[in-house]
Parts: sequence; structure tokens; C-alpha cells
Amino acid sequence: MADKFGILAKFDTPADIMHAAEKVRDAGFKRWDVITPFPIHGMDGAMGLKRSWVPRFTIVGGTTGFITGMSMIFYTNAFDYKILIGGKPLFSPFFAFPVSYELTILFSAFASIIGMFILNKLPMHYHSALKADKVAEMSDDKFFLYIESEDPQFDDAKTRTFIEGLHPVEVSDMEK
Amino acid sequence: MSSSHSHEVRPAILDEVNPVDIPRPACVDNNRSFNWITEKICGIIEEKTPTWWWVCFIIACATASFTFIGLAYLTVTGVGVWGLANPVNWGWAIVNFVFWIGIGHAGTLISAILCLLRQKWRTSINRAAEAMTIFAVVCAGLFPVFHVGRVWFALYPGYLFPFPNANAIWPNFRSALLWDVFAVSTYGTVSVLFWYIGLIPDFATVRDRAKTKFRKIAYGIVAMGWRGSNRHWSNYEMLYLILAGLSTPLVLSVHTIVSFDFAISLVPGWHTTIFPPYFVAGAIFSGFGMVITLMLPLRAIYGLQDLITQYHIDCMTKIILATGTMVGYAYGMEFFIAAYGANEFEIFAFVNRAFGNYAWAYWIMISCNVISPQFFWFKSIRENTTLVWVISLFVNVGMWFERFVITVTSLSRDFLPSSWGYYSPTVVDIFTYLGTFGLFSVLFLLFLRFVPLMAMAEIKAVTPQADPHHH
Repeated sequence: MADKFGILAKFDTPADIMHAAEKVRDAGFKRWDVITPFPIHGMDGAMGLKRSWVPRFTIVGGTTGFITGMSMIFYTNAFDYKILIGGKPLFSPFFAFPVSYELTILFSAFASIIGMFILNKLPMHYHSALKADKVAEMSDDKFFLYIESEDPQFDDAKTRTFIEGLHPVEVSDMEK
Repeated sequence: MSSSHSHEVRPAILDEVNPVDIPRPACVDNNRSFNWITEKICGIIEEKTPTWWWVCFIIACATASFTFIGLAYLTVTGVGVWGLANPVNWGWAIVNFVFWIGIGHAGTLISAILCLLRQKWRTSINRAAEAMTIFAVVCAGLFPVFHVGRVWFALYPGYLFPFPNANAIWPNFRSALLWDVFAVSTYGTVSVLFWYIGLIPDFATVRDRAKTKFRKIAYGIVAMGWRGSNRHWSNYEMLYLILAGLSTPLVLSVHTIVSFDFAISLVPGWHTTIFPPYFVAGAIFSGFGMVITLMLPLRAIYGLQDLITQYHIDCMTKIILATGTMVGYAYGMEFFIAAYGANEFEIFAFVNRAFGNYAWAYWIMISCNVISPQFFWFKSIRENTTLVWVISLFVNVGMWFERFVITVTSLSRDFLPSSWGYYSPTVVDIFTYLGTFGLFSVLFLLFLRFVPLMAMAEIKAVTPQADPHHH
């Protein structure tokens, strides 16, 4: 079945899906995911996910912002067009701080958001999960788990039996 | 949790103090299900537009036109149409600017600081409060941009933002007014981003429920293809936490920098070191006043009593009580420092505030800001939504007068009696300001119709049944 994306299982409660995720993780599947209407506390551990990489984008953005602020103020007020006011120094990190501080925050925010979008490969307006007829339940009150047919361990019959062993409410195929 | 850490040595002190879990009130009353939450909140934007909405919208549009007519008249004629003149060169323009920026603060406070402090009750009100923040910043931004008169220069490279311009002159970064440009524009931008990021999962819910093709496409585009994958939630939650961490110093710095506009000058009554914390406390105070002013009617109209519970109202009124008391402390401390500093101009400025020709404004400010929130000590008053709403209105009025008192009294009578004057706003001032309430309402009403009013995903996550260990 070449046009099959994977197998989808539906669960009723956060506890059920979490226990199911732990079993899928322990079975060693690689290409699988959990779809929930809200983030479930402890699910990252149950799926064996590593800590998110978003903070690395933040630190790069923040550092860039601070350096941008400081160097912009040095360039504009102390180098390109020197403004001498009341004998105050042409450049001092103190008066340059508020603006640099704001730019640190601004750049960090943009970098973190861009980071999240890159890591999640968003915007992605087509995905097999969005095509499922249960899509309204996915973002409402039901909890789903799927294993992709691209997974190295995937075997249509065996995987289906495995998923049924997780005691879902319902099991169905996902179209590509 | 304790079982997984059983190998660690338990400190002996814990056996003696025997900490007890204090039960917290539920954030959602009546044990509502996930589906109930979705239906309730999506129902608001999916139902047919109610008549009251159209009535309010038309009134709001009419009111908003005052601002646009006022600003158009100012642009064509010149800033002389406002009441600004020597010695009071900063009048309603900056009063309104600081007022609206302050209104915005509760939104960011609820979404950022309370998120870091793990206050779960924030989830029911953060969405609307953030929307309020953004619309308030829009209203605030009009005043400094238009007070320059030739407003096209504000957008012209090199005037406010450091773009290279024809004369090769750069803005002066020693000026707190320029810091303000950066602070407010960063604040506005980050608030919008934070709001939008919080909206993505909820837009996905609306998209998935959409019945018409148009809604499916429109909400599909803004939902960015969100599908609730836990691999996504993992990065998303980290991002949300980081944005909360970034917005927290931001919200504190914005009003601090706004206060620098005054505090780094030498005008008596402005030149005080208490301004940054005092302005921040006042901003949070007025912001929560506005949140209550907006949320209580919505709670009644849409029957949201299970989501905005008495616990939420209690929390908000207690914050108003705390910040109102801080503001009251700051008023007292200003007098103390003026007396203790033995600077005669400073002493005069404060005596003049309380007993001079603007004493009426000063005592309105004291009654609304210091006295009225003290009623929130009483549980019976916190439980009376009408009284809570009325007091929240007083808070808004009082905080506008606070900015008026600070700005106008200090300028109208500063060092030289020969240059004293009395400031009055013109009709254009008054109508431009009233119009901003219309503008704010137009934006807020549109928000009500098209955007989920509450953060559904977050509310679901704080219900007891969302905990995987719940039985």
C-alpha cells in the first residue's frame, strides 16, 4: 500500500496516550508522533524527545541585538556624525544601554520565533494528519498517535497489531 | 515524583516542618470537559453576529472618527490647535500617550510574568488582555507621532528611527525620548508576536471546525499548518516560555523608559528617582483596571462564569489592591523626599500639586487611585461584580489624572513665577482623546468576532483532567 502515510490510533485521555507513547518509544520506532489538543505535561519524556533547540536561536539573536545596538549608537553619535552635547562623552555604554537592551529583546524574540518555525518545519499547509477525517477531534478533546509507514520498523500487519495492543479507542489508516 | 528520587537523601527538616499542599481553587468551574471549552469559545466567533455587536460597532466607529477628524485637522492646521503653549509644552498628548501605554501593561504582565510565576489562572484572561495591550499601544502611538505636527517627518528616515537621511544627521541617543521610540516599538512588536504565537493552536482549532470554505482558508493560513504534534508542542512550549522570559524585562523596561522622559529632566516634580518603579506599578494598576472593565461585561454577555471564575476576579482585584497601594506609597514618598531633600522648588511643586490651582485634579487622582482600591480588602466587595466593575472604572479615571497631574502641574509652575501659566485643553484635544476610546473599541470588537477570546489550548491544559496522573 504505497499511498498509505501511516496508522493512526485514537485515545480518550491524556494518561492513555502517555502510556501508549512510552510503549512506542520503548519499541524503538523512529518516525511517529503524538497529536494532542494541548501540550501534555511529561509527554516529551514519554516520547523520548530531547530538550528543544529554540534557546540556541534565542542566544544568537540576543547577542546580535545587543551588539547591533551598541555599534549603531557608536557609529551614529560618535563616529559618522559626532554630536557633542554639554561636554558629555561622544560614546558611553550607559546612555547606549536602554536602546541596546530593547534591541536585545527584539532580536531574541524574532530569532526564537524563527527558530521555532524552522525546527517545526512550519508553515506546512499540507500534512497527512490534517487530511484525516478526525481532524476536528485532534484539536478539540481527543488524543492521537501515529506511526508512519516510512519508519524502518514499519510492517503493516505487525505494526497494526502492536498499535491495537496499546488499547486505543479506534485504529485507522492515514492517507498520504 | 518522590518514587523516582527515592535514592536521594531526604532532608531531615522536611520531617519536622511537614509541608502541606494548600489546595488551589480550580481554574475552570463545574468540571467542564475539553469539548465544552472548545464549543464555548469557538461558539462565540461561529455564531451569527449578535445585534448588540453591530450597535456597539457603529457607535465605536462613530466615536473613532473623532480621533481621525482631530488628527486630520491638526495635520492640516498645525499643532496650535492643541492647547499646548508656554509654559506647558507637554499637555494631553503625553498624558494620553502614557495613559494608553500603561493600559497595555496588564496584558503583557498576565501573559509573561504570571506565566513565569506559574499562575495558572492567567490562561482565562491572557488572550483578551494581550489584545487589549496591542490596541492600547496603537492608541498610544498616535499621540507622539502626531504631536510633531508635520507627521510625515516622523516616518521620514532619520527623524525617529536612525536611517541615513539627506543631511547625514543622526538622532541623538542621549535623549530619553529616543529610547522611548525603541522601547515602545519593541514593546508593540513583541506583544503582537507573543499574541500571535499564542493564537496559532487556537486558530488551528477554529480551522478544523470551519464549515465554510472561506473560513477554512482564512484560518488555515493564520494557523500556519499547526497540527498539534507533540514534537511541535515541545518547541512551541519552549518558545512560549522564552517569549514570556523576554517580555518580563520588556514590560518593566518600557514604562521605566517612559518615566525617564520625565525623570532625567530637571523640572521639579519630575526629577525623581522613584519614577521608574512608580510608573510600572501604576501601569499594571491601570492595566488590570482595564482588563476588569472589559472582561466583566464579556463574562456576563457570553456566560463565561465557569471560565472567568470568582477566583480570577479575586486574583485581579488583589493585584489592583497591591499595585494601588504601591502607587499610594509612591505619592507619599514623593512628598517625603521633597521635604527631606530641602529643595525649595521641589517642595513648592508638591505643595502646589495638592493645594494649588490643579488641586481638583490631584484629589480626583488620590480618591480614585489610593482610596477606591482599598475597598478590595473586603471579600463581599470582591464578590460583587457590579462594585468591582465600578471601582475598575475609577482606577482608569484616576490613572489618567495621575499622568495629567504629573505632566501639567510641574510645567505650569516651575522655577520662575514670571513664566507661570494655566493649561487647558482645546476641543480638538478632548475629541481626539475621546476618539481613541472608539478606536480601541472598534479593534476590540473586531477581535471578539474573529479571534478566539480565550486561549483554549492553555485552558484545557490547566484543567484537572489534563494531568496524565489525574484519576
